[in-house]
Amino acid sequence: MLAQFLQFLFSGITVGATYALAALGFTLIYNASNVINFAQGEFIMLGGMLAVFFTQAGLPLPMALLLAILIPAIVGVVVEKLAIEPVKGAETVTLIIITIGASLVIRGLTTVIFGKGTHSLPAFSGETPIEILGATLMPQSLWVLGVTALVVIALWYFFNRTLQGKAMLATSVNRLAAELVGINTGWVLFMSFAMSAALGALGGILITPITLTSYDVGIMLGLKGFVAAVVGGLGNGLGAVVGGLLVGILEAMGAGYISSAYKDAIPFVLILLILFFMPRGLFGGKSTDRV
Amino acid sequence: MKKNAYFGLTIVIAILLVLPFVVPNSFYLDLAVRMAINAVIVLGLNLLIGFAGQISLGHAGFLGIGAYASAVLPTHFGWHPLLAMGAGAVITGALAALVARPIFKLKGHYLAMATLGLGIIINIALRNEAQWTGGPDGMPVPAMGLFGFELTNDKQWYWVVALLLSVSVWASLNLIDSPFGRALRALHGSEVASQVVGVDVVRYKVAIFVMSAVFASLMGSVTAHYVGFVSPNFADFFHSIELVTMVVIGGMASVYGSLVGAVLLTALPQALATFEGWETVVFGAILMLSMIFMPKGLVPTLAAKFGKGD
Repeated sequence: MLAQFLQFLFSGITVGATYALAALGFTLIYNASNVINFAQGEFIMLGGMLAVFFTQAGLPLPMALLLAILIPAIVGVVVEKLAIEPVKGAETVTLIIITIGASLVIRGLTTVIFGKGTHSLPAFSGETPIEILGATLMPQSLWVLGVTALVVIALWYFFNRTLQGKAMLATSVNRLAAELVGINTGWVLFMSFAMSAALGALGGILITPITLTSYDVGIMLGLKGFVAAVVGGLGNGLGAVVGGLLVGILEAMGAGYISSAYKDAIPFVLILLILFFMPRGLFGGKSTDRV
Repeated sequence: MKKNAYFGLTIVIAILLVLPFVVPNSFYLDLAVRMAINAVIVLGLNLLIGFAGQISLGHAGFLGIGAYASAVLPTHFGWHPLLAMGAGAVITGALAALVARPIFKLKGHYLAMATLGLGIIINIALRNEAQWTGGPDGMPVPAMGLFGFELTNDKQWYWVVALLLSVSVWASLNLIDSPFGRALRALHGSEVASQVVGVDVVRYKVAIFVMSAVFASLMGSVTAHYVGFVSPNFADFFHSIELVTMVVIGGMASVYGSLVGAVLLTALPQALATFEGWETVVFGAILMLSMIFMPKGLVPTLAAKFGKGD
């Protein structure tokens, strides 16, 4: 009973950590530009695929992982420069279609280069499971959770203790006011795309030894990351992390106790219920509309 | 209705009348039928997105309900196809009405999320209930018959969808200029201002959402009978996006833009087949470029350029 529950919990928080990283990516870009980046899932995919490609090419693991984070970050910046910046202030629908176009281009190029096969990455520190109260925990899960925790702490430090981070926060509160006090909001937009692509890629790399990867895993992972970001209240960093873990845990519990066939539907049922009763997510503040 | 609106309708009908006599072969006739079907769906969706300013990223789900009602009810329960089609529309309408009230308290990205979620849930259900729906492989759909006459070849289908399209264009033009349509445009402009002048904002949003969902469901049934086969891909997220893209590329809040968008995006995959393996890349690039350079869509952009109203 307890062992089974723990088992579901472990797999839930592991996947949930990936959703949290994706949700943080959504949050960063949303705060900087009010854009929901539907290409976020493709960065998760890209991270995993590139890590597989570089390790198979014989690069040492740390080098391969670094490149697999760096390249998606560059792709993210290119998307921002070429597709988001030229249409500042466009309607929501227009921006959604542009980012979906970007995701198709990224996915299409990945298929052209790497093919449509499914790939796996060896776990970073062996496959010997750790036993805890009858449930087993893979060492890779510890990597996922540990790195996610470090990233969250680093982000907290960045946004609360450094000038650049505070500049980004200021921009998300009020772009015009930020510009008036001399913050380069163009730079903020640039940084937020680079960071959010890197975060997504990192999540994709960490989870690949557990869930495998292929050219089309980005759609679902990205959409669930979006769910996680909305669960926590769009634009709220802490909310994104809590939302990610919550979505992951509920999904694993639902798959285990209710129906594994409906596993992928669970995050979306959850978000509908939350939005029905709390239209701005769990941590979203009250909003007032300017008329 | 304005005079030039009637003029446009006349041109649409003229094109529809001439088209089957000038298409070189059945491949193009089939393409024309699918364009017309998409055009009707997009007209309905444009009323919601373009005129009322509310986004839906889950419309393929409603299409799926209609299509599967037409597949499942006649196959498993021996219902008449028309009855099944009606049942699909009723189920869709009821579902849309049920979720619409809580959904339309939401705005912008939250609304996008809610409709997206709804569409995905419908798709997953269709994929999983294999004993009824055939699961991921889909299932065949029996032929559509009426008074002992069966719709079998593309020519017959063409005239049916051409009629549906003409009626839909006429109805959309009328609706936009009716008090209902004016209320929709008002709430798109400013919700608060329209409330002040007495528009029941939520009621109108719900009404237009249900209406466009029923439109989609009916056309889902038509597609299912025409193609003779349904699969869950018909109701997936990507198809929802395709439909929204048709609305936006053609031109939001433009009746004729809807037709142009549907025609272009139905033809595009055929045209891209020559880019073996690169279709997705080129399709994505076209989406991005057209939105970057024509964020208002094709028809309004051209109309502005040549100084004519829609």
